Amino acid sequence: MFKCSIDSLDKIFAEISKNATVYLPVDNDDGKAVYTKWENGVKWSNELNTVKSLKDFFFPQVENLMEFKVEGKNIEIKDIRTESEDFVVFGVRACDVRSFDILDRVFLVEPCDSYYANRREHGVIISVACTRPSETCFCNTFGIDATSPNGDITVWKTEDALYWNANTEKGKALLDKLNLDECDDSAVNEQKAKTAEIMKRLPLASLTTENFGGGKTDELFNRPEWKTLSESCLGCGTCTFVCPTCQCYDIKEFNNGNGVIRFRCWDSCMYSDFTKMAHGNNRLSQVERFRQRFMHKLVYYPENNEGIFGCVGCGRCLAKCPISMNIVKVMKTIGGND
Amino acid sequence: MSLMKEPLIPVVGVITDVRIDTPDIKTFRVVTPDGKKAFDHMPGQCAMLSIPGVGEAMFSITSSPTNTEYMEFSIKKCGCVTEWLHQAEVGQQITLRGPYGKNFPVDDAFVGQNLLFVAGGVGLAPLRSVINYCRHYRERYGTIDIVYGSRSKDDLLQYKEIIEEWATDEGVNVHLTIDREQEGWDGHVGFVPNYVKELGFDTNKTAVLCGPPIMIKFTLDGLYSLGFEKTQVYTTLELKMKCAIGKCGRCNVGSKYVCKDGPVFRFDELDELPDEY
Ligand SMILES: Cc1cc2nc3c(=O)[nH]c(=O)nc-3n(C[C@H](O)[C@H](O)[C@H](O)COP(=O)(O)OP(=O)(O)OC[C@H]3O[C@@H](n4cnc5c(N)ncnc54)[C@H](O)[C@@H]3O)c2cc1C
Ligand code: SF4
Ligand code: SF4
Ligand code: FES
Repeated sequence: MFKCSIDSLDKIFAEISKNATVYLPVDNDDGKAVYTKWENGVKWSNELNTVKSLKDFFFPQVENLMEFKVEGKNIEIKDIRTESEDFVVFGVRACDVRSFDILDRVFLVEPCDSYYANRREHGVIISVACTRPSETCFCNTFGIDATSPNGDITVWKTEDALYWNANTEKGKALLDKLNLDECDDSAVNEQKAKTAEIMKRLPLASLTTENFGGGKTDELFNRPEWKTLSESCLGCGTCTFVCPTCQCYDIKEFNNGNGVIRFRCWDSCMYSDFTKMAHGNNRLSQVERFRQRFMHKLVYYPENNEGIFGCVGCGRCLAKCPISMNIVKVMKTIGGND
Repeated sequence: MSLMKEPLIPVVGVITDVRIDTPDIKTFRVVTPDGKKAFDHMPGQCAMLSIPGVGEAMFSITSSPTNTEYMEFSIKKCGCVTEWLHQAEVGQQITLRGPYGKNFPVDDAFVGQNLLFVAGGVGLAPLRSVINYCRHYRERYGTIDIVYGSRSKDDLLQYKEIIEEWATDEGVNVHLTIDREQEGWDGHVGFVPNYVKELGFDTNKTAVLCGPPIMIKFTLDGLYSLGFEKTQVYTTLELKMKCAIGKCGRCNVGSKYVCKDGPVFRFDELDELPDEY
């Protein structure tokens, strides 16, 4: 484990910036934390977490995939992919770190998505342990330890110091370059114990996944509660856009006068045209679309991924849904542990 | 290293033949610009075809894998991509990627079986690939029965091939039907599901159904009443697709993605999925 004073953080960012772009949570004009490029004078936010997750860095909201030149009957396909820049994202919370295990299992399995893989390869994630979890947090429901997040490097912040520990080869390579002082882990252990106590007292601490998981489709799919739960859902898709693990995308095209660009953009299973096709739509009403989002996270995803749930308990959908519907209400109602 | 082969980037194909099958279905022959087959496939697998600026859509590869020279697609006019293709001429380039999905078990579960194919309308497209594969390796399979129906005589796909090639094969029985009486048609008249029941097949067969959902539903009921088991009947599902590789999240039924775990399913497998297709 390594240690530095909080005051030296700018120096550290300056050092990392020599080889890679650094992004960190910074307060915007509305006082909300958003990932921002580090430059001299940019200050790390005190907010618990960012409004949007860092999914954008690896799976951008809009991304050009390829280009076509069309001339008469002929088509030329242009591979417009470029090697990603090296970048480091600092200040990532435990929940958001876990979201990449979930996205990796979609994008990196054969046939591998090269756009995502490229950015994963060039990106380093530096997580920061939580000390003040909020009442919308329930990462521990999914077995995530907010006091000791994963990531390439884990950082613990105390009043006046930062403690650093590398978890991966990539993380070690970066940490080695920073020349920090070695130290023991007593201060970190003390902090972990304190935060663990706070976590136990969070309002959602007792939420469990026991009635969810692979193999539960028959039991849960036809539950009548889906109708009442989804009744006022606006189908706005906010929950899917702020969610660090939602990965549905659409592929579209536009003609820029010089050629056709095929791009992809985030899509949402909450939208009415998501599954609309020639002979109809297999999810005709919002009940079915709403059910899909939660069944996917709580049953289908774990069924296909050794029991890992597709939610990380970040609480974003709790904070952002305009009608205050969210996965916690679904779990309590459908899972029957209200 | 990470700029590896990208599954979403297609290759260029050229349309070398366009056959008008019915008023709204055309069959397109496609090769690469240097005249080769773009990739190998197995019966039941599909490909994503696109016209840059118009869009991309999924189609069954209707030609048999045993055809090593080109691929064929039978395409029904119903939207942007398909309408555009219908006005395309020979020489037109398109893009294609694939093959996608699980194929029919022609090299395992089907071997040694009597086969019953039931198709309606453009549903013949995926079955044509299996049928021609099984005709090519004729000695591996038992009898082959083909029941195929359409609205009218003019809506029967691959009519010439059915009459001149399939119907003349030893051990292949072709049963055609059209929905309503029509001048110049002295064959069977009536809907496919009823015809299947009338023909009263023995249950010593493996059946494959492809067509509109309503046809599948009633044919299946008919087969069950004849004594067929769910484990003897296969079909293909058709859901909206974009990526075709299990990543865009669009085509799932429960925990299965039709693009990679399907489109071929056996009815006992479908029974385990929620009723959302
Ligand atoms: C596995 C698989 C195999 C298939 N095999 C074949 C095959 O062999 N042959 C074949 O002909 N087809 C096949 N299909 C179906 C084919 O993929 C669709 O018909 C195709 O998507 C049509 O594309 P399009 O661009 O022409 O239609 P689109 O322009 O996408 O339109 C399709 C229909 O949806 C409606 N629509 C689309 N978008 C909207 C919107 N925003 N609002 C309202 N309505 C809308 C249109 O009115 C139209 O009726 C297959 C599909 C799958 C999934
Ligand atoms: S479903 Fe809600 S709580 Fe779970 S990861 Fe997504 S946004 Fe966070
Ligand atoms: S659950 Fe809420 S955020 Fe999600 S689509 Fe419905 S109204 Fe929008
Ligand atoms: S088409 Fe994208 S997941 Fe099946």
